[in-house]
Amino acid sequence: MASVVDSDAVSLTDAPTRAMNMIEAINDALDIMLERDPDVIVMGEDVGYFGGVFRCTAGLQEKHGKTRVFDTPISECGIIGVAVGMGAYGLRPVPEIQFADYIYPGLDQLISEAARLRYRSAGEFIAPMTVRSPFGGGIFGGQTHSQSPEAIFTHVAGLKTVVPSTPHDAKGLLIAAIEDNDPVIFFEPKRIYNGPFDGYYDHPTKPWKDHPDAQVPEGYYSIPLGKARVVREGQALTVLAYGTMVHVAQAVCREKGVDAEILDLRTLLPLDIEAVEESVEKTGRCLVMHEATRTSGFGAELAALVQERCFYHLEAPVERVTGFDTPYPHSLEWAYFPGPIRTGEAIDKLLGA
Amino acid sequence: MAKDGERGRYNRPRLALHVPEPQFRPGDTVDFSHIPVPEAGAQPRPDEACQPVETNPLCYDLIRVLGDDHQAHGPWDPRLAPDELRRMLRDMALVRAFDERMYRGQRQGKTSFYMKCTGEEATSVAAAHALAGDDMVFPSYRQQGILIVRGYPLLEMINQIYSNRGDKLKGRQLPIMYSSRAHSFFTISGNLATQVPQAVGWAMASAIRHDSRIAATWLGEGSTAEGDFHSGMTFATVYNAPVIFNVVNNQWAISSFSGFAGSERTTFAARAIGYGIAGLRVDGNDPLAVYAAVRWAADRARSNHGPTLIEHFTYRAEGHSTSDDPSAYRSAQEREEWPLGDPIMRLKQHLIALGEWSVEQHQEMDLALAEEVKAATKEAEKNGILGHGLHHPFHTMFEDVFEELPWHLEEQADQAIRERQIKWPQS
Repeated sequence: MASVVDSDAVSLTDAPTRAMNMIEAINDALDIMLERDPDVIVMGEDVGYFGGVFRCTAGLQEKHGKTRVFDTPISECGIIGVAVGMGAYGLRPVPEIQFADYIYPGLDQLISEAARLRYRSAGEFIAPMTVRSPFGGGIFGGQTHSQSPEAIFTHVAGLKTVVPSTPHDAKGLLIAAIEDNDPVIFFEPKRIYNGPFDGYYDHPTKPWKDHPDAQVPEGYYSIPLGKARVVREGQALTVLAYGTMVHVAQAVCREKGVDAEILDLRTLLPLDIEAVEESVEKTGRCLVMHEATRTSGFGAELAALVQERCFYHLEAPVERVTGFDTPYPHSLEWAYFPGPIRTGEAIDKLLGA
Repeated sequence: MAKDGERGRYNRPRLALHVPEPQFRPGDTVDFSHIPVPEAGAQPRPDEACQPVETNPLCYDLIRVLGDDHQAHGPWDPRLAPDELRRMLRDMALVRAFDERMYRGQRQGKTSFYMKCTGEEATSVAAAHALAGDDMVFPSYRQQGILIVRGYPLLEMINQIYSNRGDKLKGRQLPIMYSSRAHSFFTISGNLATQVPQAVGWAMASAIRHDSRIAATWLGEGSTAEGDFHSGMTFATVYNAPVIFNVVNNQWAISSFSGFAGSERTTFAARAIGYGIAGLRVDGNDPLAVYAAVRWAADRARSNHGPTLIEHFTYRAEGHSTSDDPSAYRSAQEREEWPLGDPIMRLKQHLIALGEWSVEQHQEMDLALAEEVKAATKEAEKNGILGHGLHHPFHTMFEDVFEELPWHLEEQADQAIRERQIKWPQS
């Protein structure tokens, strides 16, 4: 019940808001947490003096000092490994992995270590780290700067996985992730850093500043992990999406005039199952969207959950709109991207059934 | 085109792949005379604040203190008081007595797995004596000696080994994968070398906080091949982290001899040189040399002079674990022929030579330690042995995956409890 109501409303103050893009919102969240909590440490490749290749940490080293915000060697295994050790000491590290595609050398430290410390030590040691990493394609990054590997992490017991889709959510979710005592993978859809890209790559992308979700409250606020957001209420079908695909879903439904209920999952694990069930039971049709490859993607988990829990409410088979099961091709980026045509076809299929 | 290329290759020498092979296999007569054993006391001792490069010669040497005359020699003699030496001796002997008993327990079916550290006791016990009790250690799986030195109760160790209802780790970890925050002993991982960058991170945090505690980690020579080791070394040198890397070169990684980690080309201590980290190579069966080297590294780290890599040159006298059969891949003679002796025997003979110990006292001590271990074992068995039902409550399986139980784990916990009720309706 409560999950259908915009759950962050309770956490918001009457603080004045300011239009920010997603980069500024993330920078603001880091700045606030560095200020509030002396245990918070920000580190990663190029994050210090330079302020990060996407500028998410710009100005933070100058403001908070070189031992709070610093550059690291090019070693994701080392970055995550030292973050585990810092967490064991009592710090709250926020490492940045420059691209999600680069996270694989750090997987053993994430999967076998960070995710398992609390369990294997029966709570003696924890890994309260938030691993920030830009992910997703649409910026001509080729196959090693475009991937969406979220399903690898949702498959691991002990990790939380978060994907924001707006500046407002990015700030509140990042603050909640940093305050969380479990390791959190925080994937930032880089295609929507500067504007709510909706999949119509041949249209100009508007900047965030005029978008209502770019109005970010000043100061501290957090959005609880595990709570979805109803982007749009509707009756015809339910769309389960996160990150960039939230905007694609909105644009396609707007264009087609479909009265869809669009859920922005925000946190993939733990998943807001109540919100999913409530919406699918209402609409009886469900579209699952993600940019990642299709087979064994997180959409497969969502489709299975909907089938298990809402089967007798379904009027049509669950549809998936995803990337193809290929590497992300540089020149054929838009052929790969699950854009308006793929989405529109799936919606037609769902509504026609 | 391709054909021309092939013709062009005819006159070139043919390449050959080198696959390392140990010198001795089962049944072979063992001769270790090729291993240089330098004179005790002959190795120079640079100042703890020296430039890393000054330690380079020591990366190819072997720091030794105890000579064949059972006396301590040279600049590395830590000049420990007899009481401290006796404590070290007792701690090593207790580790060995404990290992014997736990090994037997595994063979009797009381648990699934055990790992002895026979012959390597000095590399953890003497090292732990050289550290402050609150220095954080990130051990591998054969450093039970550290817990013994730090006074961790044997009862707790055995509860963990039996995975019984007294096990503080709730029966979740493979036997010997201890954890004790109160003893500054990090939770042991079954994945190798992951603890290395973690130790560096802890040391960096300690430095960020202007703390005075340092970190120390242990890993085998085999796992220096892991990327984590190299990441850890890079971070340590970049941030001048107050950390000690103890590479326990016991010659064998399960059945793979040290050649598969690169020992045919150079020493493990020499790994330090490329990173600009201080490196020491030490006789790992000489408790005084191990103590002196770790103390040197600890003083260096504590005074902001940076990390040290120490290679402890030793020999794994027993199998890798209770699941291993070393007679299948190495000569049984190796253990007897090992040129650096046994660490407990060497310290015992040193104390006797000093007039501070006797054969009779040693026998009495061994008997008393065996009794102490036996008593702790009996006590632990009251909490159950593996697989006999005295485990932690079922629901604990789902706890500590996250700080709070999410809905999907709650549902799975219900399922597990339902399955249990079907299997054992009476309980």
